[in-house]
Amino acid sequence: MPVAYIPRTRELYSDFTPYRWVVNTTVPWTPLRKPIAQSKIALMSSGGIMYRDQPRFHREDASYRRIPKDAAREDLSVWHFGYPTADAEKDPNCVFPLERMRELEAEHVIGELSDPAFSFMGGVYSARKIRDELAPQIVDELKRAHVDAFYLVPA
Amino acid sequence: MVEEAGIPTLCMTSALDITQSVKAPRAVFVNFPLGHQTGRPNDPAIQRQIVRDALRAFETIGTPGEIVQLPYVWDPNDRTWETRDYTKGWMPERPSREAADLAEAERAARYAK
Repeated sequence: MPVAYIPRTRELYSDFTPYRWVVNTTVPWTPLRKPIAQSKIALMSSGGIMYRDQPRFHREDASYRRIPKDAAREDLSVWHFGYPTADAEKDPNCVFPLERMRELEAEHVIGELSDPAFSFMGGVYSARKIRDELAPQIVDELKRAHVDAFYLVPA
Repeated sequence: MVEEAGIPTLCMTSALDITQSVKAPRAVFVNFPLGHQTGRPNDPAIQRQIVRDALRAFETIGTPGEIVQLPYVWDPNDRTWETRDYTKGWMPERPSREAADLAEAERAARYAK
């Protein structure tokens, strides 16, 4: 049975002002123009991944980290307030499947993995910060890289 | 916003109710505990299969807001995580600020050239 996260969040954070869930009534939509085998795909994880000496995330931090697509696993670390990170610290591919994407690129399942990949710390209370601060910067990154599709993995 | 900029997106999720509420353009649901959206640690075979299945949904989802549910089961013999996760006391203690500062300083030193 899928976990009902909305009531559980209400319960887990019952000492705080109730979270105002984002409810969208419409769905934005851009059709895929090419098969994924010919598409340049960007990867982003909200799992709080950092590369080498990049700083960790603080509370309500809507910044993001650029992770080189050829980053070695030993050069990645994890910092997040909202989920148990032990397994992601052992293997970041649990929440940031960079190595798997590289393999799929090598096997031509995807056309190209865009460089860099991105990560931020998804435990941000303010949806406004994500929408007004993080999202526009990511849109710029994706446009500059001329990506065909954007693949998001939460934690 | 990304879709509005002309870039198709696909979002994985382990929280079906939240994704239904925010209406992601394309979503792929895997019923795994938080922190394991693309599989177990050090199990590249399952990770790869999940990522591959998810990416395939870029081509198969034709209706805005559609959520593909992948049939992966975290542990067929133990579903207790579904009642325990994301309840009070579930989240392990975070490292202290001092411990986190130290870890960060060590990383900075390791990569200082």
